[in-house]
Amino acid sequence: MNNQNKALAHVSKYAVTYLFIALSALFIVVSGLDINYVASQLLLRLNRNAFIVLALIIPIIAGMGINFAITIGAMAAQIALLLTINWGVTGAPGILLAAAITLPLAAFFGLLIGKLLNKMKGQETIGSLILGYFANGAYQLLFLFIFGTIIPLNDNVTIVGASGVQNTLNLTGKVGLYTAIDGIAHIPFLTALYIIAGALACAAVVQYLLKKISVKRLAVTLALSAVLAGVFSIPPIAAIFNGTHGRVIKLPLVTWMLILLLCLFNSTIMRTRLGQKFRAVGQSQTVANASGINVDRTRVIAIMISTVLAGWGQIVFMQSDGIGTFQTYAAHEQVGLYAGAAILVGGASIDRATNLQAMVGTFLFHSLFITAQSAASALFGDSAVGEYFRAFLSYGVIAVALIMYAWRSAQQRKAGQLNLAEQSR
Amino acid sequence: MANEFILEMNHITKMYGSNAVLKDVTLRIRPGEIHALLGENGAGKSTLMNVLFGMPVIHSTGGFEGEVIFDGQKVNIASPMDAMEKGIGMVHQEFMLIPGFSVTDNIKLNREITRPWPVSRVLGKDLEFMNREAMSADARKALDAVGMNIEEYTLVSGLPIGHMQFIEIAREIDKSGMKLLVFDEPTAVLTESEAQQLLGVMKKIAAQGIAIIFITHRLDEVMDAANTITILRDGTLVTTVAKAETTPEQLAGLMIGRGSEGVIHVARREKELKSGIAMSIRNLWVNMPGEVVRGVDLDVREGEILGVGGLAGQGKIGIPNGVMGLYEAMGEVTFEGKKIALGGAGAALKAGLAMVSEDRRGVGLLLDQSIEDNIAFTAMQVHGDFMKHFLRQKDTGAIRRYAEEMIRELDIRCTSPAQPVGTLSGGNQQKVCVARALAMKPKFLFVSEPTRGIDIGAKQLVLETLVKLNREQGMTIVMVSSELQELRSICDRIAIVAEGKVVDILTADASDTAFGLAMSGKKIKEGESA
Repeated sequence: MNNQNKALAHVSKYAVTYLFIALSALFIVVSGLDINYVASQLLLRLNRNAFIVLALIIPIIAGMGINFAITIGAMAAQIALLLTINWGVTGAPGILLAAAITLPLAAFFGLLIGKLLNKMKGQETIGSLILGYFANGAYQLLFLFIFGTIIPLNDNVTIVGASGVQNTLNLTGKVGLYTAIDGIAHIPFLTALYIIAGALACAAVVQYLLKKISVKRLAVTLALSAVLAGVFSIPPIAAIFNGTHGRVIKLPLVTWMLILLLCLFNSTIMRTRLGQKFRAVGQSQTVANASGINVDRTRVIAIMISTVLAGWGQIVFMQSDGIGTFQTYAAHEQVGLYAGAAILVGGASIDRATNLQAMVGTFLFHSLFITAQSAASALFGDSAVGEYFRAFLSYGVIAVALIMYAWRSAQQRKAGQLNLAEQSR
Repeated sequence: MANEFILEMNHITKMYGSNAVLKDVTLRIRPGEIHALLGENGAGKSTLMNVLFGMPVIHSTGGFEGEVIFDGQKVNIASPMDAMEKGIGMVHQEFMLIPGFSVTDNIKLNREITRPWPVSRVLGKDLEFMNREAMSADARKALDAVGMNIEEYTLVSGLPIGHMQFIEIAREIDKSGMKLLVFDEPTAVLTESEAQQLLGVMKKIAAQGIAIIFITHRLDEVMDAANTITILRDGTLVTTVAKAETTPEQLAGLMIGRGSEGVIHVARREKELKSGIAMSIRNLWVNMPGEVVRGVDLDVREGEILGVGGLAGQGKIGIPNGVMGLYEAMGEVTFEGKKIALGGAGAALKAGLAMVSEDRRGVGLLLDQSIEDNIAFTAMQVHGDFMKHFLRQKDTGAIRRYAEEMIRELDIRCTSPAQPVGTLSGGNQQKVCVARALAMKPKFLFVSEPTRGIDIGAKQLVLETLVKLNREQGMTIVMVSSELQELRSICDRIAIVAEGKVVDILTADASDTAFGLAMSGKKIKEGESA
């Protein structure tokens, strides 16, 4: 394949991603928002949502498509948070308690989801989506009726004079869960960037000295770190972050470490025997089965991991800077949809996904979210159009991804047949 | 050596319901020998292998009678995994490889070499890291053993089909403790030189003491590689012979034989047909999965019944499906001097061709619809028959009359013409298919596997119907069937297809040897035919 063809193939594969890059740039310019504000909002939303989006990767690799049932993981986390609030555990211990309760709860839900999805192979994406809607009903029953009557709760979380949990729970003040992770420590964005660039360079040198990587790889990594550090040192760009215009942009240190840890987890598990099973099952259930892999069990494990991670991701989201309240009956509703759309925007498909795609996707998707309203009022004089646009965007991206997937597999089938005909000649 | 035989399958009988597919078959394999297993489709080869591998289909249908002795011990093989652990391996005909994985990853699939680390010691072996260097080294060794010089890190998806077979073999060799390997039609997708290489590899493996069961239909390969040959026919053991004591001609004859079951006797045509060519097929290629046609030339004479035979998967079924436009096809088909456009069913139907499909339930019938609607459906769509002129409505009266006539004529056993087709027996469904094809008033009829899955009495009726149509209406019929006896009983000539090509055209009374050789891809030499 020549270079031009390669470039074309690349562009067609990442068409959605490039479209979003262009749209984001356009929206940022049109919206007329302050660039310092956009950057800080973007980083905030990245740190809020990345964890959940990263939870989607393993089921995709295991061939189960986009696990929209992460919504159920989010519900598990919300049950855990409600109990934590009810018992009055605050701060970091409260978060740890919520995470600890989420683990068995989400794992159990994941087991059930996985078992059900095994009965509807080939329709996992739509199955998990509908399952999320169904679970919403069960969730409402639990929060409206069972909590407060069968399972007694304190008065401060229930609706006084009726059964059920309050519509909105406050996380700030006495409850003490607001920014319980985000607030532990902050680090200026630019400092973090320099540390990462430095760490990358050091790691490359060490790996080279240990003869694990080639000179070329070393040179590329060093150059990349230098460019990264260099670009953000250019005064006009640095000015966005260092407080020259607006506030100094800082990152919540612990949250970001959790996100990096999850990235590391995703890539580490792929180097284990279990990871190899995920991949094998994802590519061909028949072959995996013939070689003795327990296909159904592997798929259930993938969904269980994903559901638990999504639950933890929802805790990270709820405590994060700028949320502050727990919308008891709505907080989970768009989790699956937004996360699914985000990872697809990053260039992932129904059967392929990486950490980088999840991060890039979250970044691009939310850059449109932040700017859509202002851009719409600037263009159409009506900010409500921006709202419509957001919904249109999320569903549109998912529809496009599904169509592209169907189209590409049809092409592959055709190519396979042609190949057969040619070889037989 | 302690035991003379590595594997003994003694007096194996397997019933599916009341139907015996294996009758008292005994197979004994010595260590380090290549043992060829021959037989037509339905002879019982696959069932015997299913028994050997403990496939679920055997256990779920009531098990089998007889005993299996492996490596000196009576064994009860519960599952394919169990067989693998005991040292019985299979090189599949359809590749069990993951295209997106490297050669190494495929060879070591689910047998990865791993390194423990603290987390895996707590949470189990699944979390151990893969040791890629050790895996590559093992894969390299196995690849070298089969004489493949491809890099072990290349992706399987980029490899030619021929190489995949060798990777399958490398994977089996890589398993430690392998004592018996089954090769199921391993050369079917290989080029001639690759096939030669494969036979060489098989001999090398056998020389290491691993026994090989070699399932194939290519007799020259059997003569080249096998030490011993076992022939099955209709679920019974015909014979087991040493290679030195036999010839390909003898093997071919033994494979075919003449069963007495299911033969119907039809009065032969009194005089030879002297008519012209009804249809001529030139260089036909059909892309039908599992039945690829690779360049068929065939002339069909006017008014004859032409049989098309051959083993399953060789392409015989692809021919009618290609001509009728059900599968992607290339080539030239002329019917009564006019060319027929390939690639859509409309053209062939309009030209006066009709087909009774082998896929009764898929292509043939609308199972929830009534008999009469099924019979009339195609004719309504293609010719606009059975329609009232006013507003082009369905003419239910005409349809009913025609259906009743057909039910009488073809003896379709039903309660009424309105009965849903799905509730009929297989034989009666087949008759509805024939009736539907006849409603097209075709000049030329393709019949594909007309007797598949129906009982003997119904077979007789279907075949008699075909003969009647041919004799009384002069309809030209091409009948594709896996059952050679059937073809021999009603066809004027029989074309044998192997590997996507017509190998030979024989008369019904040609010798078994001639048919056997043709099915394995060899045309009998001039003057030799009986």
